[in-house]
Amino acid sequence: MAVTVSPERDVVATPVQRAFREALYAAAIALGLFVLFIGLKTDQNISNELILVQRWGLLAIVVIATAVGRFLYVGYAQPAMERAKAQKAAAPAAAATAPGFIRRNFNQIGVAVLLLYPVAIVLLFGFQGSLKWVDNFGIQILIYVMLAWGLNIVIGLAGLLDLGYVAFYAVGAYAYALLGTHFGLSFWILLPAAGLMAAFWGVMLGFPVLRLRGDYLAIVTLAFGEIIRLVIINWREVTNGSAGISGIPKVSFFGLMSFNVSDPNYIAKVLGIAQSGAYYKIFLYYLILGLCFLTAFVTIRLRRLPVGRAWEALREDEIACRSLGINTTTTKLTAFATGAMFGGFAGSFFAARQGFVSPESFVFLESAIILAIVVLGGMGSLGGIAVAALVMIGGTEILRELDFLKAVFGPDFTPELYRMLLFGMAMVIVMLWKPRGFVGSREPTAFLKERRAVSGSFTKEGHG
Amino acid sequence: MAGTTLLDIKGVETYYGNIRALNGVDVSVKEGEIVALIGANGAGKSTLMMTIFGAPRARAGTITFSGTDITQMPTHEIARMRIAQSPEGRRIFPRMTVMENLQMGASLDNLKYYDEDVEKVFTLFPRLKERIAQRGGTLSGGEQQMLSIGRALMARPKLLLLDEPSLGLAPLIVKQIFDAIRELNRTQGLTVFLVEQNAFGALKLATRGYVMVNGNVTMSGTGKELLANPEVRAAYLEGGHH
Repeated sequence: MAVTVSPERDVVATPVQRAFREALYAAAIALGLFVLFIGLKTDQNISNELILVQRWGLLAIVVIATAVGRFLYVGYAQPAMERAKAQKAAAPAAAATAPGFIRRNFNQIGVAVLLLYPVAIVLLFGFQGSLKWVDNFGIQILIYVMLAWGLNIVIGLAGLLDLGYVAFYAVGAYAYALLGTHFGLSFWILLPAAGLMAAFWGVMLGFPVLRLRGDYLAIVTLAFGEIIRLVIINWREVTNGSAGISGIPKVSFFGLMSFNVSDPNYIAKVLGIAQSGAYYKIFLYYLILGLCFLTAFVTIRLRRLPVGRAWEALREDEIACRSLGINTTTTKLTAFATGAMFGGFAGSFFAARQGFVSPESFVFLESAIILAIVVLGGMGSLGGIAVAALVMIGGTEILRELDFLKAVFGPDFTPELYRMLLFGMAMVIVMLWKPRGFVGSREPTAFLKERRAVSGSFTKEGHG
Repeated sequence: MAGTTLLDIKGVETYYGNIRALNGVDVSVKEGEIVALIGANGAGKSTLMMTIFGAPRARAGTITFSGTDITQMPTHEIARMRIAQSPEGRRIFPRMTVMENLQMGASLDNLKYYDEDVEKVFTLFPRLKERIAQRGGTLSGGEQQMLSIGRALMARPKLLLLDEPSLGLAPLIVKQIFDAIRELNRTQGLTVFLVEQNAFGALKLATRGYVMVNGNVTMSGTGKELLANPEVRAAYLEGGHH
């Protein structure tokens, strides 16, 4: 039965009728799109011959899901959104309600949750069960928070688009890996050393790109990231090439206690408690948390100092900056160096945590993920970036846990493989709904006498 | 009133690639003066402004500021000689608030005179005080111009360069801005060098004026002389007062 579409009918049709019609169209489009992608699959059989697997059931599931989704969206979600919009427009004055408790104390709550997280996990799952949650979720996410906050200095504050940030992460990691394994120096000496080394390379990168901005700068930094990776791969005598460096020493408890079971000052022996690998993970968690706090503290302080203000002004208008007597050369170099330094810290922590580094960990994708976190979170906003890291990295880690999906999609289904798809989808959705990231507003740093509450209507940019 | 020469531009030539924008320009500004440079679009007025700041750099000639040769100095060093500029297109920092913009202007002294100078700017432009917490990009054109001048004043300049302060503004706002410039000159003895297409307003305001055509200074004289000059009248003033 052919459905004729005319504008008049559209007006008379109730939302449900219209939704039904649109659902049919959506199903037809989905069928056309996916019949070859999902309905048929090439595979190899036991004798290595190419065979065609037919998956009509899966195709049906996808098509039906599309139709149902479209039906619900057009029939119920859209009218509801229209109503909400109309309601909002009808009562614009009431919109300026005070933010809720969680909103107002977001940072304090966040810090408290982060501090208590390992304790809560240990109480819930015991020491052995806590390993995965503290390591894969806690430490992994916090490394990315730190990297993103470091990159935020370069991109969010100084406005220098850096696509090769992972290079500094690599410099930090290899600095610790090489100096730690060859000279046996401790983490606590090498952490600042790795930071300095990365900062040095930040300046090295900064010099040639001083005159570049925007796309051009992005391309050169991208190349820089690749150069560092290729040097690591090819400089076999020093870096052991793509085989990487293993046996990187663990971090000690400030030199007082060790986390190696064989050492005489092993933490469990000193404190007289049961042996467990969880102590080290929990210690690492607090270590990276401390490093994150350091990054945040430095960022917040710097924004109120002349150099931080100059970074932000530089992002806005370079020519105006120079005419105000700001040395844009040193300003840019300090931004690169500071951002790189935190990348170096994170790198040396990463090496200590993994005990193994190889060029595989420092591919362009890493730079892209860190950049995506900064953009999604809202450039310049520490809270937003932390949330974005939680969603992005935590979300991809969660995928590994979703074993029940195998029951739905068959035993071959590995949810991790869809990581990048979800990453992309999340980016598109966030950019559609919140083009400036989770937290798009910028906290002013200058006030006349006292801190004045700035109402939203003053700071929001006009919609045009 | 006119004292020693503060800014002396001699035989300056500036190029964009191979195209010559300034053909040996001579301009001088004495302490306490308001000097106006008028001319049509593309005459090289803004280029001269930018050349004073070394971007682009003069290929020939010298620029001297209170006895120091600043021709080859880096731009930020020139600004540190206490030359402040409200550049063409205002160039305020759009995402930063009015206060932060003013703070950036006071970078040279690291905010030493900040509180005092902020009050002065707000006395001169009360409108800015009303907009204090607003972002620069959300201000109106006139307010942005006020902010741009205010930001330049925060640097405690000996010489204020203004590039087309009246561009795109309503006549009433132009008058306010010109009044403010006159006020600054009268009460604080601030030396001002301004570039304008609004020749009538600028020459009325100025102690002396220069006329620029195709990268050459073709005429100079006191503001009154130029206003009365038939050639200037024909080229820049006829067709209605601004």
